[in-house]
Amino acid sequence: MPLNPAWKKVLVIGSGPIVIGQAAEFDYAGTQACRALREVGLEVVLVNSNPATIMTDVQTADITYIEPLLPEVLERIISKEHPDALLPTLGGQTGLNLAMELERKGILERYGVDLIGCNSETIYKAEDRDAFKETMVSLREPVAESVIVNSLEEGEAFARKQGFPLIVRPAYTLGGTGGGIVKTSKQLEEILQKGLQASPIGQCLLERSVAGWKEIEYEVMRDAADNCITICNMENIDPVGIHTGDSIVVAPSQTLTDVEYQMLRASSLKIIRALGVNGGCNVQFALNPVSREYVVIEVNPRVSRSSALASKATGYPIAKMAALLSVGYTLPELTNPVTGHTSACFEPALDYVVVKFPRWPFDKFPAADHRLGTQMKATGEVMAMERTLEAALLKATRSLEVGTVGLRIKASGGWTEMEIEDKLTSADHERFFAIPEAFRRDWTILEVQMLTQIDPFYLYKIKELVLLEQRLQNEPLTTELLSLAKVLGFSDLAIAKLTGRSEETVRAMRMDSGIIPVYKTVDTCAAEFASSTPYYYSSYEEEDEGKISNGSKVVVLGSGPIRIGQGIEFDYCSVHALSALQEAGVEAIMINNNPETVSTDFDIADKLYFEPLTIEDVLHVLNKEKADGVLVQFGGQTAINLAGRLKLAGVQVLGTPVDAIDMAEDRERFAELLCRLDIPQSEGRSVTSVSQAKKVAEELEFPMIVRPSYVIGGRAMQVVENLDQLEDYLRRAIHLSPEHPILVDRYLDGKEVEVDAVSDGETTVIAGIMEHIERAGVHSGDSLAVYPPQSLTPSEIDQIQDFTCRLAEGVGIKGLINIQFVVVRGKVYVLEVNPRASRTVPILSKVTGIPLVNLAVQVSLGKTLKEMGYTHGLAPEVPFVVVKAPVFSFEKLTKVETSLGPEMKSTGEVMGMDTQFGHALAKAFAASRIPLPEDGNILVSVAEKDRPEAITLARQLAQLGFGVKGTGDTAKALALCGVEVEVVNESSEALQEAVRQREFSFILSTSTQGAPERTGYLLRRLAAEHGVPCFSSMDTAKAVVRALQEIRSNTVPQVLSLQEYLEI
Amino acid sequence: MKAALVLETGKILLGESFGATGESFGEVVFNTGMTGYQEVLTDPSYAGQIVCMTYPLIGNYGINRVDDQSEKPQVQGFIVKEAARNPSHWQMEKNLSRTLAQSGVVGIKGIDTRALTRIIREHGVLRGIITTELEGLQEIVSRLNNLSVPTDVVARVSTSKTYTLPPMSMEKEILHVVVMDFGIKRNILQAMQESGFRLTVVPHNTPTEKILNLQPDGVFLSNGPGDPKEVATGIKTIQGLVGERPIFGICLGHQLLSLALGGDTYKMKFGHRGGNQPVQDLTTKRVTITSQNHGYAISEKSLEQTPLYVTHRNLNDQSIEGVKHRDLPVFSVQYHPEAGPGPSESLYLFDEFAQLMQEWRAGYAS
Repeated sequence: MPLNPAWKKVLVIGSGPIVIGQAAEFDYAGTQACRALREVGLEVVLVNSNPATIMTDVQTADITYIEPLLPEVLERIISKEHPDALLPTLGGQTGLNLAMELERKGILERYGVDLIGCNSETIYKAEDRDAFKETMVSLREPVAESVIVNSLEEGEAFARKQGFPLIVRPAYTLGGTGGGIVKTSKQLEEILQKGLQASPIGQCLLERSVAGWKEIEYEVMRDAADNCITICNMENIDPVGIHTGDSIVVAPSQTLTDVEYQMLRASSLKIIRALGVNGGCNVQFALNPVSREYVVIEVNPRVSRSSALASKATGYPIAKMAALLSVGYTLPELTNPVTGHTSACFEPALDYVVVKFPRWPFDKFPAADHRLGTQMKATGEVMAMERTLEAALLKATRSLEVGTVGLRIKASGGWTEMEIEDKLTSADHERFFAIPEAFRRDWTILEVQMLTQIDPFYLYKIKELVLLEQRLQNEPLTTELLSLAKVLGFSDLAIAKLTGRSEETVRAMRMDSGIIPVYKTVDTCAAEFASSTPYYYSSYEEEDEGKISNGSKVVVLGSGPIRIGQGIEFDYCSVHALSALQEAGVEAIMINNNPETVSTDFDIADKLYFEPLTIEDVLHVLNKEKADGVLVQFGGQTAINLAGRLKLAGVQVLGTPVDAIDMAEDRERFAELLCRLDIPQSEGRSVTSVSQAKKVAEELEFPMIVRPSYVIGGRAMQVVENLDQLEDYLRRAIHLSPEHPILVDRYLDGKEVEVDAVSDGETTVIAGIMEHIERAGVHSGDSLAVYPPQSLTPSEIDQIQDFTCRLAEGVGIKGLINIQFVVVRGKVYVLEVNPRASRTVPILSKVTGIPLVNLAVQVSLGKTLKEMGYTHGLAPEVPFVVVKAPVFSFEKLTKVETSLGPEMKSTGEVMGMDTQFGHALAKAFAASRIPLPEDGNILVSVAEKDRPEAITLARQLAQLGFGVKGTGDTAKALALCGVEVEVVNESSEALQEAVRQREFSFILSTSTQGAPERTGYLLRRLAAEHGVPCFSSMDTAKAVVRALQEIRSNTVPQVLSLQEYLEI
Repeated sequence: MKAALVLETGKILLGESFGATGESFGEVVFNTGMTGYQEVLTDPSYAGQIVCMTYPLIGNYGINRVDDQSEKPQVQGFIVKEAARNPSHWQMEKNLSRTLAQSGVVGIKGIDTRALTRIIREHGVLRGIITTELEGLQEIVSRLNNLSVPTDVVARVSTSKTYTLPPMSMEKEILHVVVMDFGIKRNILQAMQESGFRLTVVPHNTPTEKILNLQPDGVFLSNGPGDPKEVATGIKTIQGLVGERPIFGICLGHQLLSLALGGDTYKMKFGHRGGNQPVQDLTTKRVTITSQNHGYAISEKSLEQTPLYVTHRNLNDQSIEGVKHRDLPVFSVQYHPEAGPGPSESLYLFDEFAQLMQEWRAGYAS
């Protein structure tokens, strides 16, 4: 069956902001799908609220709506666009949930929209626990004994019958939010309670725990003619009990016999057939490690994080094929795009080992609960491919950028035996590194197996690596030993540390002996057929397959795993850099290690190297390709950090020169430059000792902002209000980073703005100024930001424009520059300059139509902005308003303090667009999943300094019809000023109950910065866990009030596509 | 210990010895299965061949007592990137290396099996020698030119005596099938037993009358190694059986059936070996992913002169994967519906065979 002629216009739903459990993989999937559908002549309408994505580029879909993913919004879009079909399976859980709601509300029927990819019955059967179980039972597929409960009492009854351990899984939640393994009645009470609240339908599944069994996943596909194939199976090294998103995963499975492999494969196909999915589906199994018993854990009738991984692991473009299958094509009709000549209806064969390793955000949240369980906590992941498992593991760990050296992390040597045992048993983010540490201390395989339940196959592999470590430490470094170490994946740095040499010496030894990696092709078919796709990984093997061209070529360094502070926006920039190179007739080569992204898709770059982004791995590619240069300004701090060493190695760093990068990032040099340019900066010093800090404290005024030098996303940054806090910070921070000084700046209490510009040294084009809604002190990544600015004076804008142009030229920028300013009483100060792409580049590029990345690439290649038709200075403002809002994943990260500060905490962002500021703001809130309440009570609990503003806000809210409640002193202050306020009971039990009972529509709780404040912290955590909107900045709260006023104003928000906005 | 793989082209690949030491000659082929090395090793169809596994980690789950496809490893040699030193599995009895050593199979590890696969893909299957004697490798190259693949491989792997196996399904009607053993895999026998067949397994060179005297409901033509044209007696027997009984053939059996009915076979460049081959049923258009292991195929043109027509094709290269007789209950497939290793979704073919036999029996009775 070819394309169904009934469908000419297809609506695709994206997955919205990046949150834990739903990340960049859906940009990759959605982008692939939109392209595939357009290639076959369909008109594609896309809705997604996430502006940092490639899928929301004007070029990706025909019609693009950057709007909140809510049924009422979708209804308005559907009534305007009249699509024939809705494809929800590329938008993650968000897409499925939204499709279900549209169906339930009768909207799809009313407008005659067909649900394609999978129907509502399929979604129901896969997602509703009861229906799922029933379906599995009818298929005679085993599931763990379980019960659906709607109350704690029902749960307790099941526990009495079944016994412990049990798993709690809330229905319809992302990444297992709110679930967990419980071993006692007390744990059951605590976790079930939370799970019931986390589930949008107040329902949880309680099931027999199969923790410790092998966790195996299958990615399968089915077409409408019922042809089914398996794309890949994967085995979690961490057995059942740790969410697959938090597990180290290998592909294909390593420890399954063919009989077991085929048994689970057959089961997967049976399930996808029964569900009638038209596209991709993920099936998760638990397999008893000592028998053939298995249970089906979960089925996702859509593309997923695992399918993105499977696509990158095999080369098979699942999302593209899924999209084509959803509109009527069958698998046998399609060609395998990777080989270009064999059938798409086959099962990929791998001839390498793939390892996926999660990236957790605990470096930013030291206080968070680090233990892993059924609730996913990782923000991103890396993937590595090699011909040995050991080498793939080591490649993966060094791709994480968490300071690993071989199988060691900084802390591992200092762990006590108790700590190791604890990490192995209760599984935190460092568990993997505790395994080699245990072997270094002569623990046996059996001991580690007992504690971790990890299959001995993997433990032996790790043990072998430890044995090799010991050989490297004790034996002379012969060519043979060096070669073995490379085959098993040790980096030069690791070998250097183990043998007491420098990394350069090891590298030189290797080069002398000709020990260099070769590049192998990912071809989906284990070399059975010739392949036309240039997708490579390195290996210390015999034959090199890379074909090197003679033309001009440039390497783009990617940004590695998604983490807080370095997200999908850099992938957006990398992808645009690649297409800009291609446009310029230059061969575009990508190096990256993130399987979730568009940049690592098989047909984006002219050549893709799936490699760690370390100096060693990058230099290998550069030497092999003999590229004309490398672009480092698009891959975030990951790429920028390599610039200096690349230059030292003789590589041509294109764009902004390395020295200029250094000038922007080196405090002293930068301060000198500002002084020379006569541009004001907030006063600051760098200190290396406590006594020095005390001196600085005397010179500058409190509050001050302190942070280590060279940082990503304000890591370990803090506002300190007094000497005690400063000293306390220094004590902890110096431990963090001994080589680098601590930076201390005077905190300027003003309005923060940022600009993104591109410069060629003569002409500087400023795409726009974004004004932050929260005052300085809140990290720019966590601020609401509005473009065009709403409250800057012409004089302030002039200063910003002038400073930007002079700074770009003064620093010597050739490409992108991002500058953050603070405006205090009409005077503009420079806070920070980033000589690279920034978080706001995708937004400004999209809404202004100025292709910032493309211009930066052309400039890097030697073109001038003038010859490309651009003029110096600030580009004209657009006649509409966009508001960027941060999105947090606090509900997944227990114990994290949610109040905003200079340290970035958000995982993603959304954008609201409208012709009216108020509506744009309201849309941004709606899209960031903070539904603005229409009535009810607001709870105010703020620091003393915030009370005057709180009084005004409380009055405005009262006028809007909200009831006002307050905690102790806040309530007193409000009452004194004549606000009608009800005092709430501040005991933690009472607060918990009140939040749980939804007594507050939203909460305003500001932090007293450092002083012990149990109530505030508790309130904010409770709000995060129960999904009650909570604002920790007075400015955010003011914006909320502004949006609420707008909503009540009887004006109607616009439903315009991005293309339409750009036409205004 | 070092070992070398010498190819007829003169190319020498160095690796390390595992399994038995010594020297072994065979036709070098590759298999793309990511699991199932034990089944591959013990599949008699690999007799005379040196098998290179494209998946780099082999032996991870050891060797167990239950997955063997015959009583011993049948391959002439085994080439892997890495042979697991510390396998792990609850069913494991011994490790791969020891198993090969015990049965005298010479193995070589540490080979860039992807590079080797690419050589085979470009050149076609080639003759090779694995040796642990590294002196005089050049002499081996010249010796290779004079060595040829043995022509009696079927005789070596077929049963020498007739034996019977009981049905293993109580639900199904019992049918008596005579199995012509050209090197049969255990999974086929098992699949037929589970389909309710009572089996009489006869040697490859059993004459037609002897088979008909057993009064079977149908005859099964098994898989096996080598060039089908060298199985002359088998072809002759089959010619006598066509029209007398329903016939079902797999792999070599499929090729022999075509030859018996006037078709022709040819040697493929590098064959199909693995568990991911897409086969389309030309009637239903449905595609199944199949397990395959063959180096010969039926030539398209030759079928014009025969009563056979094509029922299945390989989606990758359009080669013939299944044929049926226009008038008689006779059919065969090139792939392995019994799996072991590989997908099991084509097991239904045994039921189709059962149905043909039942229909035939009903017709015969009336």
